[in-house]
Amino acid sequence: MEKNKKIRESLQTIGFFAALVFLWQALYVLGTQVFALWKPYALPSPAGVWAVFWRLTADGSLLRAAGSSLARGFLGYVLAVLLGMTMGLLMNQFGFLRRNMRPLIMGVQTLPSICWVPFSILWFGLTEQAILFVVVMGSVFGLAVATDHAIRNVPLLYKKAALSMGVDKKQLYWKIIFPAALPELIAGLKQGWSFAWRALMSGEVMTTCIGLGQTLSTGRSLADMNQVMLVMAVIILIGIAIDRIVFGAVERWVYRKRPAQQER
Amino acid sequence: MTLIIKNVTKQFEHAQEPTLADINLEIADGEFLCVVGKSGCGKSTLLNLIAGLETPTGGEILLNGKAVTGPGADRVVMFQEHALFPWRNVIENVKFGMEVAGVPKSQQEERALHYLRMVQMEAYRDYPIHQLSGGMRQRVALARALTLDTEILLMDEPFSALDKQTANRMRRELQEIWMKMNRTVFFITHSVEEAVYLADRVVVLSEKEKSIRDVIRIDLPRPRHVYDDVFVEYRHRILEEVQDGEE
Repeated sequence: MEKNKKIRESLQTIGFFAALVFLWQALYVLGTQVFALWKPYALPSPAGVWAVFWRLTADGSLLRAAGSSLARGFLGYVLAVLLGMTMGLLMNQFGFLRRNMRPLIMGVQTLPSICWVPFSILWFGLTEQAILFVVVMGSVFGLAVATDHAIRNVPLLYKKAALSMGVDKKQLYWKIIFPAALPELIAGLKQGWSFAWRALMSGEVMTTCIGLGQTLSTGRSLADMNQVMLVMAVIILIGIAIDRIVFGAVERWVYRKRPAQQER
Repeated sequence: MTLIIKNVTKQFEHAQEPTLADINLEIADGEFLCVVGKSGCGKSTLLNLIAGLETPTGGEILLNGKAVTGPGADRVVMFQEHALFPWRNVIENVKFGMEVAGVPKSQQEERALHYLRMVQMEAYRDYPIHQLSGGMRQRVALARALTLDTEILLMDEPFSALDKQTANRMRRELQEIWMKMNRTVFFITHSVEEAVYLADRVVVLSEKEKSIRDVIRIDLPRPRHVYDDVFVEYRHRILEEVQDGEE
């Protein structure tokens, strides 16, 4: 029964997306050929996107772009995590830092990451570093706040119990605070990655380094709707894949002993 | 083991009046001491002071002649909520204190199983905590507390979050375990019945005066029965003392 239900639901999902693609293609045909409302090049179509996908895959440029974007994003993300977690730990340790940093960070966070691009280009030029800077600025503050939060939300009861069993300060951090904060910390890291990935695309669209963002803006320059559409889809798919596969695995590992929800 | 509480006063920073005023109490080696009193009388505060989780604003607490300055493994606490760590399974939780104390791995396993057997939780050794019932969690917490060779076991209303039936069963088993091991226990409860059932001496804390109102020795052989005439007498007497000043 349970298995049948799962199969049925997967079939429904496949059917839903197939219908969506079919509808899209039908609209394209109706809009550009039957009623001739738009010129064919002004609308993307599933068939056209598929064609561009083959073209860019065959010459290897899509893979190269995706690869360099991922590598760059990963590097920026790692830098942001190191920096953000350090900031979070410091904020947690020193009350005056938290009191003064939090409003500042909240302010800076309202700034969309793309707004860092002009600043970054003026400072670094149209370089690799400029993009990394945007990625770090786009995600570091969220990571700092999440780290501080995760640590602060560790129930006092765990600390009291551990202290009464004789833990010292170092053991308290490694044996209690870190594992207790882990689920929230992972949630923060996940959110940090989505910020970093978005910031990366902002940076890449505005500069000229090889990457998905640049492929996207090339599509615009060539007025190639299908290429623009394809790259957008690839950016979404990579985002989903990392969220599900990488963070999914980490979460399964963290929750192997705990209740699945946050009821603790 | 000797534990002496000498002229201890505790006043919290923004409080109008002290939570505890001039507490004097001596706990004998191997004694089961229960503290009762209305909520807000400062009984949990007194336990936290002994545990070293709070510091007194006046007086001192001497454990074997040395002043208590902070928490330590010689005064392990069992809380009202189980305080087991959800990222560890049952046996890993029981081993925690021994890990911290640096007990060799092979001994940890042996001792953890010994105490899990004592609280009848051996079959659940690999269970995650969230799959256990409230009573089972408190059993595991008790096993964890017992693995450490503590000078004194501090118990802060450990059964009060459980349903009545489970709580009654737990206190009967605690009595059996205590009779076998003769550890010193400092036990906080709001249930007078529980106190008379378990204690050698019952300390009544007065909510009004913020200090000890009376100390009653329970001269009843163990195992005790709640329907016993003398038991009922003790219960009434202590209940009256706890409620005094109400009417």
